Amino acid sequence: MLDQPIALESSDSGHSESGPSQGPAVVRFAGDSGDGIQTLGSEFTKSSALSGHGFMTFPDFPAEIRAPAGTTFGVSAFQIQIGGDRVKTHGDTVDVLVALNPAALKTNLAALRPGGLLIADRDAFAKRGLEKAGYAANPLEDGSLDGYRLEAIEISRLTREAALPQGVTKKEAETARNFWALGLVYWMFSQDRAPTAAWLTSKFAKRPEIAAANTAALDAGHTYGDVTDMAPPPRLRAVTPSSPRPGTYRTLTGIDGMVLGLAAASALSGLRLHYCSYPITPASAILHGLAKLGGEGVATFQAEDEIAAATAAIGASFAGGLGVTGTSGPGMALKAEALGLATAAELPLIVIDVQRAGPSTGMPTKVEQADLNLALHGRHGEAPLPVFAAAGPGDSFDTVIEAARTAVTYMTPVIVLSDAYTANAAEPWRLPDVATLAGIAVDRDIDADGFHPFRRDPESLARPWAVPGMTGLAHRLGGIERSSGSGHISYDPDNHQEMTDLRAAKLDRIRAALPPAKVSTGTDAGRVLALGWGSTQGALKTAVEDLAAEGHAVGHLHLRHLSPLPRGLAEIFALYDEVVVAELNSGQLRTHLQGLFPQVSFRGLTKVTGQPFTVAEIDAALREDLS
Amino acid sequence: MNVMNPDLAAPATDAGPQLTARDFTTDQEVRWCPGCGDYAILKAVRGVLAEAGRRPDDVVFISGIGCAARFPYYLASYGFHTIHGRAPAVATGVKMANPDLDVWVVGGDGDFLSIGGNHLMHALRRNVDLNLIMPNNAVYGLTKGQYSPASATGMRSPSSPGGSVEAPVNAALLALGAGARFIARSADTLQDHLPGVLKAAQAHRGASFVEILQNCVVFNDGAFEAVRDKGLTADRTLRLEHGQPMIFGKDRDKGIAIDWQTGTARVVPVGDGGPVYDVTVHDQTNLALATILARMDAPDLPLALGVLYHAPADDFTAQRADAPGRVIDRATLAGLLAAGKTWTVGEAAAGTQT
Repeated sequence: MLDQPIALESSDSGHSESGPSQGPAVVRFAGDSGDGIQTLGSEFTKSSALSGHGFMTFPDFPAEIRAPAGTTFGVSAFQIQIGGDRVKTHGDTVDVLVALNPAALKTNLAALRPGGLLIADRDAFAKRGLEKAGYAANPLEDGSLDGYRLEAIEISRLTREAALPQGVTKKEAETARNFWALGLVYWMFSQDRAPTAAWLTSKFAKRPEIAAANTAALDAGHTYGDVTDMAPPPRLRAVTPSSPRPGTYRTLTGIDGMVLGLAAASALSGLRLHYCSYPITPASAILHGLAKLGGEGVATFQAEDEIAAATAAIGASFAGGLGVTGTSGPGMALKAEALGLATAAELPLIVIDVQRAGPSTGMPTKVEQADLNLALHGRHGEAPLPVFAAAGPGDSFDTVIEAARTAVTYMTPVIVLSDAYTANAAEPWRLPDVATLAGIAVDRDIDADGFHPFRRDPESLARPWAVPGMTGLAHRLGGIERSSGSGHISYDPDNHQEMTDLRAAKLDRIRAALPPAKVSTGTDAGRVLALGWGSTQGALKTAVEDLAAEGHAVGHLHLRHLSPLPRGLAEIFALYDEVVVAELNSGQLRTHLQGLFPQVSFRGLTKVTGQPFTVAEIDAALREDLS
Repeated sequence: MNVMNPDLAAPATDAGPQLTARDFTTDQEVRWCPGCGDYAILKAVRGVLAEAGRRPDDVVFISGIGCAARFPYYLASYGFHTIHGRAPAVATGVKMANPDLDVWVVGGDGDFLSIGGNHLMHALRRNVDLNLIMPNNAVYGLTKGQYSPASATGMRSPSSPGGSVEAPVNAALLALGAGARFIARSADTLQDHLPGVLKAAQAHRGASFVEILQNCVVFNDGAFEAVRDKGLTADRTLRLEHGQPMIFGKDRDKGIAIDWQTGTARVVPVGDGGPVYDVTVHDQTNLALATILARMDAPDLPLALGVLYHAPADDFTAQRADAPGRVIDRATLAGLLAAGKTWTVGEAAAGTQT
């Protein structure tokens, strides 16, 4: 029944493939939020990883906790791109869409590329489901899907038949249909069902009949592909595993990266981690992750509000711990005064902002990079502080460790920007060798003789981190301007100038110690430099790689350090005719850079839709400048 | 210099009888208005610190913004003058990082009841081991005299020229509602009373809340005259003693009798040397009694001073499920990184595919 060949197109439309049998594939599962779509996605991810695929995943779930079943706003989806080493995004367009109900089809069809494979549960497309999704006619039958390869299968019925003999109720049998669909997709990609079967057995250890029913559904879906001889799309069948660096790997989301990075910063510094936070989407998951580590030596504190979260973290740092606060946009706005205090008191503090679409409540689950101005400038008075941005899940781990090192070494608050995309996206991550990770030096060897709380290290300009309980070092900190050296309250005009200059000079010292800016992909000079920061890295790198492979003179430079900026930028900018600054806001970094480098021709590539860049969008924009 | 105690070069021990108020005194010039009630409070605090005997190095004063928030600068301990209202949250972080410190939080009625009301409430309900002392002058002093949440209705001020229309908050009642386990009240000039209250607050493990009625000589002079004035205080206030009948008056001729059915207090005469059978005995562990006492005020009833409520319970540190003092080590970290599903890529090729 499924014998016509699928149209072979690049999954990332608009850029070339190295060959017809190569290239990544994009699969999207969609259903009601009660259908277990995210479970299905994580199981497929695990299986893909164990098959040696490179991958990037992205969940797309509704903001509503329990939206009415069958409605379009209750649709939950999960997208994964699998394939070789070049997979750096979750994919622009979908090759295989699994739609478990009409609402899921309606909200996800636009992502399916023309000619792509659509697998739908025919049983779910009855009158009531169609009405809830707003379909006047059944799309599976009215010819509206002729541009795709449609596989309308009675998934509910087939699941029931497979699962009922396992001793479950009819309702329990039907809920296994997500695993039936997963079994079919496993068959298409020649993936192993055993890890999922093992997971089901352990997940439902207390209800073995449920585990058996789901496993039966998984097997039945797999068998269905086999016995109907469902020819998988040839290109997809040929998706080749990647050949990554040897090592041990795991799946890592941006949240995982932050959680483990903070745990690592604690282990590397010997400082007890105090993560103080107030629940907010999407940053809450960091609090959840760290709260599980209470027995391992991590302190978490769910504060009464965002301000208390920031100030409690400051208090923890004052008392000698590693104070960290994490939040998302609205919470960041509330922390502004506390960041001024940490800057004035010169205490180490890490502030994580998992950015989301704003202003105000905005779109809490959607990505945006629009807190950059707030991070760079959002304090009253002149309060410069380092601002770093994580470029992806794995980079979150490294960035947060660097933030901790900077905070402790220079006695300063540091902001780390992540976003709703990086937070929830997952990629394979090679475990670092913990023994070789560089330690974070904490200098508590402070001589009481001649001690002054604001006497600085001549190199770093850091003041000594004397903490309560240490003998002979009692001192007072405060938000009132303090005398350079002694720390006494001072309204002296010259002292304020000196202290303002010193706070700024600290950033210069940090800059001097940063690695210089570097073009990471493409040509070292030429027509266009694509400049980005944060979660846009995957799309930018992929697009620039493709264009450079075509022979275009284009490079990609990605900034982790947004304040202070790394050395060498002016020299690099001079090697290109134009610098395209790509960001998910209306041009905040571009405006900032234009002020600092007036001689450079900057052009903005911006998007504020709550969605990440597609590779195709970047490709098209860069081609415009390259032509 | 910021290190104030050359004579503490040999650190004092916690045995501490050798400490004096001077050991907690910085060389900073105290800058409150002449006649400000905060001077008397500072004096009492220094004395209590000396008596409590903790090393100045183990004592921390945290404050927010306001006249009272200057306290840390005048105490030769560790100190942190933070931002308006947030001192209880900062102090919670300090206590999390080092539960062994003796942490004091000083904030006025603006700091604690207005901008920082939220943080006060949560520090109290969490029972963080803090000594929260609130000099209450019922006015915003540092910003030049606007009415505060504790000001009497009708108070004329630069921001209420026609008289404030707002009802004042009852701090002790608020603390009770928040679940505080130690609530006391005193006044700045009552040097025969305030130190004892502060000492009890310091000794209590958990959040101790002390309201100290304080005279602002510039913007709200005389607000608490009936409490502070030597001639009036005996008749206008009731000094609570746990386990003792609640008797007051210059001639100790009045008592407080509680009507438990209506939850009200009334003044009853106390016979000359005779039985005081209908005078209620103060029980500082009785929440219902504390609630009635917290509400007593002029003109019909004396203001209750002393420890209104003291019912110890596990403090925040004791309640927390984490392992205090423990820090993740590298071996633990390696385990965390490898937790869950992992796969290994060998030198030759990727993992197997079935």
